[in-house]
Order: sequence, then structure tokens, then C-alpha cells
Amino acid sequence: MAHGFLRLDAIVPQEMNDEALGVFADGLDDVPYGSPVRAAYPEGSFSRRLVELPAVAGALESLVGPDPTVDHHFVHIREPREGSAQPLHADALIDLRPDAFDVQLMYYPQDVTAEMGGTLIVPGSHLRRTNESDTGRYQNLRGQTRLTCPAGTVVLLHHGIWHGGRRNDSDRIRFMYKIRFNPTVPQVRLWDTADLDSPAVGEELGRSFPWYEGATGRLEIHNRIKLWRVLTADPDFDLDYWATRITNRPAQRSHA
Amino acid sequence: MTTPDGQNSPDSQDSRTGQDSSRAGQVRQQVLVLYLNTSALDSEVVGWARYDGTGRTRPTTGDSDEPPYGTGVAALEDGWRLFQAAQLIPPYPGAEHETSFLKHEFFFEKLV
Repeated sequence: MAHGFLRLDAIVPQEMNDEALGVFADGLDDVPYGSPVRAAYPEGSFSRRLVELPAVAGALESLVGPDPTVDHHFVHIREPREGSAQPLHADALIDLRPDAFDVQLMYYPQDVTAEMGGTLIVPGSHLRRTNESDTGRYQNLRGQTRLTCPAGTVVLLHHGIWHGGRRNDSDRIRFMYKIRFNPTVPQVRLWDTADLDSPAVGEELGRSFPWYEGATGRLEIHNRIKLWRVLTADPDFDLDYWATRITNRPAQRSHA
Repeated sequence: MTTPDGQNSPDSQDSRTGQDSSRAGQVRQQVLVLYLNTSALDSEVVGWARYDGTGRTRPTTGDSDEPPYGTGVAALEDGWRLFQAAQLIPPYPGAEHETSFLKHEFFFEKLV
């Protein structure tokens, strides 16, 4: 909720990582937009086995629910010493949905070192309303994540998060396989909600990040409260009275 | 001339004129963009970007985790000249709670 992404280190078995390099080098067939997973990825295919790994399948179901559709997929390749980085961007179009979000899976079949230019991810940027690469001017933000990871790592990201492929300054080609998933059910209490009343929930929703301007960071908390109300079907949820305070309208109450 | 690591060689030749592009007497602009915590120039840096008109360096996205200065004023103290500061613009009506770009953007230059 606060970070906008979930990182699962080295959860893909090494034999699949080894297989992936050949699969990606050969290229993947396009998938028609909005295909159910079963139609997009035949039983036994590499992609099907990847999304059915228990840790991946469980995380996806908690975020987008059962039977999501595949929006699209793509193998991103950063060539050795290619000399440039992607500008910081969010994928697709500026997205105004208050009650739904897509999830992007990023899979890294190799060990990713700092020199290989792993993906730059900006924690807590996913609720910003900016369009694609209009953020390209921002080269570095305090608290950014310059991903380095062991082979077999999967990162699941909210569709709106600011990210970019960093410059590959190594002699090795770098692969990243991305799949975007669309939910087909309301994203309400899809995860294990046994600890919904835990103080840790509030701590996470109230988290700040080093790149936030202090004043705007408060708005981020307010916007998380609004999203949490939707995801938990709890219209009265609040944190430190942020939302309640500014919606108190005594003049509009009935005096009957 | 671009070296394999993407850095421009300091003794590069201009491909159109055949002349040294860093020859003496030609002033070049280096630009530093700092994003600050508040609209005050002495508040702390939360983001940064650099552009180098000399071609000697090629700063890019995600190339450092620590800002070059702690505050905007610290950049002034090191000789950077402020040439643009973000205006304070009221939020658009109806979108007061939306978040988007960083608000407190300051452009500095050095002429070298």
C-alpha cells in the first residue's frame, strides 16, 4: 500500500532461470490484450509455470484476485554498455481509477548487479497522477531503489509506480520479463485479512519516504486512506483523523 | 567521440567542424536541478538531476543515491548560480488532494 511494490527474492528455481534465458532469447509470442491466463499461456509453457509458482500465484491472487487477464507481456533487454537509461516513467496512461489497479510482474532470471543497471523503482510513487515519461527530468530521488537481486527474483508493482531501466554499464546483457495483469473482480479483501486491526497496518499506511516533500507526504497518506477504504470496504477507516477532520460538515447534518 | 562507457572523451572533435568541442574561450553551461522539501531555498534536497554542457560527463537516470548537496543554499555556497525557481501555484479546484510532480524545483548553473 505504501511502497507500491512487493519484492520476492530468488523464488524462481534455478532450472527455470536457466531455461528462461533461452526462452527469452528466442522471443515470446504476443498475447492478445485481455487474455485469460489459461488462454494466454498454455499448460506447461514457461510463462504458465512462472505465474503458477505458489509464491507468485498467491501474491497475484491477493492483489488482483482470481482469474486476472493478461494485459500484455514483454521481454525487456538492456544491452551491454548501451550508454543510456530509460527516463523515469509510469507505464501506460495517467490512470484515474479510484477503485481498481493493475499489477505488473517483473521477473529477473539472472543475478542483477549494480553495474548491470537493474530497474530503478521509486517507493511510494504509485498514487501520483503523472503521465508516462513526463517525470523524465527526475534523475535521482532520495530513497529510490536501484534494484540489485539474486537470480529468480520477482517484483510485483502497482501500475502507477515510477520506474525505469537503468544504464547497463556491464559486459552482460540483462533480461527482465514483464507481465501486466488486469483484475476481473472487485479488489476488496482479496488477501488474508486476519491482521487487519494490527497496529502494523496503520504504521505502513502512514509511512513517509525520503523523497517526499513533507507537505505532499501528508496528501499521500490521505490518498492511501481513501484507497484503503475501498480495498477493505470500510468507508469510515481513518488514520490520525486525517480524512475525518476535513470532511466534518456540521451545517450539513440533519437537525430533525 | 563517445567512449564505450558512454562518457564523452574530453579531447573529442566536433564532427561538423572538425574542431575541438572543448576549446578554450568557449563558455559552456552546467545545469543542476534540485528538488527541495519546501519552497525555501535552504530546505533539504529530496531529488536532483545534472546536465553537463561540456560533454565531459553524462549524468543519467538512477546514477546516484546521495544528493550532491544537502540544501539549495549549500549549492549556492559552492558557486552554483540560481536561475529559476518553481512558482507557488494554488492547487487546481477539485484536485487539492491529488499528488503529481515535485513542487519545489530549483535550477542552478555554472558557466565553465
